[in-house]
Amino acid sequence: MSKKKTERRDFLFTATAAVGAVGVGATIWPMIDQMNPDASVKALASTEVDVSSINPGKTITVLWRGKPVFIRRRTLAEIDEAKAVKLGDLKHPEKDEDRAKNPEWLVMLGVCTHLGCVPLDQKGDYNGWFCPCHGSHYDISGRIRKGPAPTNMEIPKYEFVNANTIKIG
Amino acid sequence: MKKFLKLFFYILFSFSLLPQVFAAEKVEYLTTDWSFKGLFGKFDRAALQRGYHVYTEVCSSCHSMKYLSYRNLAQEGGPEFTEAEAKAIAASFEVTDGPNSDGEMFMRPGKLSDKFVMPYENVKAAQAANGGAYPPDMSVLVKARGGGVDYIYSLLQGYEDPPAGVTLDDGVYYNKYMYGNKIKMSNQLSDGLIEYSDGTTATVEQMSKDVTTFLMWAAEPHLESRHQMGFKAIIYLIILTILVYFSMKRIWSRIETKV
Amino acid sequence: MSDHEYTPKSNFGKWFNDRLPLLTLANHLTDYPTPKNLNYWWTFGGILTFCLVTQIVTGLVLAMHYIAHADMAFDSVEHIMRDVNYGWLIRYIHANGASMFFLAVYIHIFRSLFYGSYKAPREIIWIIGIIIYLLMMAAAFMGYVLPWGQMSFWGATVITNLFSAIPLVGEGIVTWLWGGYSVDNPTLTRFFTLHYLIPFLILGLVVLHIWALHVPGNNNPVGIDVKKPSKDTVPFHPYIVIKDAFALLMFMIVFAFFVFYTPNILGHADNYIEANPLVTPAHIVPEWYLLPFYAILRSVPDKLMGVIAMLSAIFILAALPWLDTSKIRSAVFRPLYRQFYWILVADVLILGYVGAMPAEGLYLLIARVATAYYFLHFLVILPILGFKERTLPVPLSITEPVLGGSSNLAAARNDSRLEKLK
Repeated sequence: MSKKKTERRDFLFTATAAVGAVGVGATIWPMIDQMNPDASVKALASTEVDVSSINPGKTITVLWRGKPVFIRRRTLAEIDEAKAVKLGDLKHPEKDEDRAKNPEWLVMLGVCTHLGCVPLDQKGDYNGWFCPCHGSHYDISGRIRKGPAPTNMEIPKYEFVNANTIKIG
Repeated sequence: MKKFLKLFFYILFSFSLLPQVFAAEKVEYLTTDWSFKGLFGKFDRAALQRGYHVYTEVCSSCHSMKYLSYRNLAQEGGPEFTEAEAKAIAASFEVTDGPNSDGEMFMRPGKLSDKFVMPYENVKAAQAANGGAYPPDMSVLVKARGGGVDYIYSLLQGYEDPPAGVTLDDGVYYNKYMYGNKIKMSNQLSDGLIEYSDGTTATVEQMSKDVTTFLMWAAEPHLESRHQMGFKAIIYLIILTILVYFSMKRIWSRIETKV
Repeated sequence: MSDHEYTPKSNFGKWFNDRLPLLTLANHLTDYPTPKNLNYWWTFGGILTFCLVTQIVTGLVLAMHYIAHADMAFDSVEHIMRDVNYGWLIRYIHANGASMFFLAVYIHIFRSLFYGSYKAPREIIWIIGIIIYLLMMAAAFMGYVLPWGQMSFWGATVITNLFSAIPLVGEGIVTWLWGGYSVDNPTLTRFFTLHYLIPFLILGLVVLHIWALHVPGNNNPVGIDVKKPSKDTVPFHPYIVIKDAFALLMFMIVFAFFVFYTPNILGHADNYIEANPLVTPAHIVPEWYLLPFYAILRSVPDKLMGVIAMLSAIFILAALPWLDTSKIRSAVFRPLYRQFYWILVADVLILGYVGAMPAEGLYLLIARVATAYYFLHFLVILPILGFKERTLPVPLSITEPVLGGSSNLAAARNDSRLEKLK
C-alpha cells in the first residue's frame, strides 16, 4: 500500500466510526430513560380531597404524587393580610389573587423551594410557614419573605369539583 | 474409520427424525391470519377493540387481568380507544378505594389509572365459585401456554361431545385441544352471543380470533414497538457490519495475510 | 515483551504513568502481538466480553425495578415489561443475553478443544475458564429463579435438592440453602444477592483469564508457538480489534433477531405462570444450555451417583490438559482426534436433545450410552490417542509452508536437514 493512501484521512474509517457512534448513542438512551418516571407513575391520577370539615384558620396536609399538599382555609384577617403586602417587598413577586383563585382556600405544594423540606404551619416571622431546615420564612400566601429559599411555594394544578371537593392534579 | 463415521452420522440423522415422529402424535392447532406475526406485524385495532368487548362481556366474569389498567386501552400500540372512550369504560366499573378519613373502604367509579376490576377477591374465592378450578389470570395467558395464540384460538373452538368410552365428571367438559382433553370451563361462545358495535357478525370463529388478538396484546403490549425497533436495529446492524467489513479488508490489506 | 520499553510522549503522561502505569497497560493491550492466522473461531473471546458487559449493564438496570420478594417478584417483572420505559427491551436483552452468552461460551470451549488451546503452557487459562463457566451456570440458574414463575420455583426446588444426595449432611444443607423448609422468600432474596454478586466475580476472573493469556500469547489454528513479535504476528489494534468487531456485529444481528422477533422462544411458557408450591409443571426442563448435564444426571439411576456423574462431567474438563497426552495441539494435524472431536460434539448435542425429552424408554437408553461415551472420550480415548495416533507434519511457522517428513513439532524443530533446506 502506498504511503499517500495510508496518510490520507480515510473516509471509510470515518464513516464506520460515525455510524458506530450513532448506534452506541441509541443503545445508551434506553438505559438512561428507564430511570425516568414509568407509565404507571405518570398515570397516577389526581387526588380528590373532601374539604368540608376544615374550619377557618386550619390547614390540612394531603399526599399527592408522594409530596405533601397544604390546604388552608384562611380567615378574613389572613386574606386581608396577604392582599396588603406590597409586591415590591417580595423576593418573588406574586399577587395573592394569582396564588389563591378562591381567596378562602390556599392550596399549595408543602415543599420548601430551598432544598425540599416540609415547612411548619403557623411559624416564622410572617405568620405563615417556616422551614426548620435552613430557616426560610413564608407568609400566609406561601410567599418567601426571608431566608435562603429562592421562590414562593409552588401552587399545583387543582380545581373545585364542587363546593366541598378539591381535585388536585 | 470413515465407515464408522458414516454409520455414526446415519444414527445422528435418524435422531433428527425423532422429533417429527413425536410431533405426529401432537394435535395440530387451528390457526388464522394473525396480523401481528412477521417482521412488521401490527395489531388489528378493530379486532383488539372487539376482543376487549368479548373479554368484558364473556371472560371477565371469571377471568381476571390483574396487570392491565384502563389507561392501557388508550395507549399507543393497543386497542387505541380514545382517551374519552377509555375514561368512559373505566367509569363504568365500580372500584374499591380507601380507606377514607373514617378508615373505611368505599366504592367509586373507575379512573384511567385503575387496574382492571377483578371478578373475585382472591384465588380462593375464585376456586370456591368455580368448583375448585381457578380460572387463570389472563394478563399473560398467551405467553404462559406452549401453543400460544393458536392454542387459545383452537381451545375456544375445540368443544365437542366426548368420544365413546370417555366419561366426564360433573362440571368437566371435553375439548379436543385441551391437554388431556378434559377442561373445567364449559363452552362459552356461541354464534351471535354478543353484538359487535362495528357491525361485524359475532361468529364463534370471529369472537375467538378477536379475543385471542386482545389477549396477545395484553400479554405483549409493546409488540408493535418491538417489531418496529427490531427492524431498524437489524437494518442498522447490517449497514454497520458492511462498513466494518470493508474497513477490516482495508486494514488487513496492509499485510499479505487474508482475513 | 515490548511494553517494558514504553514511555508516554507527554510530560503529564510520564508523570501519571510513573505513578500508575495505565498507559503502559493500554500500550500493551493495543500492541499485543497476536498470531495473524487466527480464524473467526477466535473472535468469541471478544464476543464473550461483550456478553458479560451487556448482562451486567442490563442486569443493573433491571435490579433498579425488580423486587426480590416472593409476593412481588412476578408482579415487578410484569411491571418492567409493561410500564418501565424500555423495560421490555432491557429484560428481553437480559433474558436472551444469557442464552447468547452460553452459545458463545460453548463455541469458545469447543474451539479450545479443537485447537488444543488448553495444552501447556496454557493450562491455567483453561482452568480459570472452567471456573468462569461454572460460575456462569450458577448465575444463570439463580437468574432464572428471579422471575418467580413456575419453572423458576420448580427448577430451584429440583436443583437445590441435588444437594440432598450428599450422605448425612445433605438434608441439612438443603434446608440451609432454602432458609426454610421449602423454596420460599428467603431463598429468593439470597438467590438475588448471589445473582448480583457472581457476574462481578466472573469479571475478576476474566481479567485473570486474559492476564494468563497474555503471558504465553494466543494459541492459533496451526497450534505451534509463534515468536513474538515477528512476521507471524500482528498488533492487536487495529487488526484483531476490527476483526473482532466484525464478528461481534454478525453475532449481534442474531442476538437482535432473538430479542426483537422471538424473545420467548428460548424460555419456557410455564415461567409466565406465577410460582405455585402446590402444582408441579408436567415437564421440568432446565434452560437449553444446561440440558446435556441434566441428561447425565437423569441417566444414572442412583441419586448420589447421578449428582456425582453430573459434577464429574464438568470437573473432568479441568483435568483435560493432563488427560490429553498428545504433544500436538491443533486437530488440523491429528486426523484421528479430529474424528473423535466431532463425535464428542455430536455426543454432547445428543445429550442436550435427550435432556429435553422425558427420561423414559428409548431416551433413557440413549442418554446412558451418550453419558458413557462422554466419559469414555475423556478418560480412555484421549489418553490412548496421544500415544497411538500418527499425526501429520506440522509447519515450522505460520508463514512458512509445511516441509513434510516430520510427524510432530518437536521432531520438525530438531530436523537439521529441514533447517538446511530453509
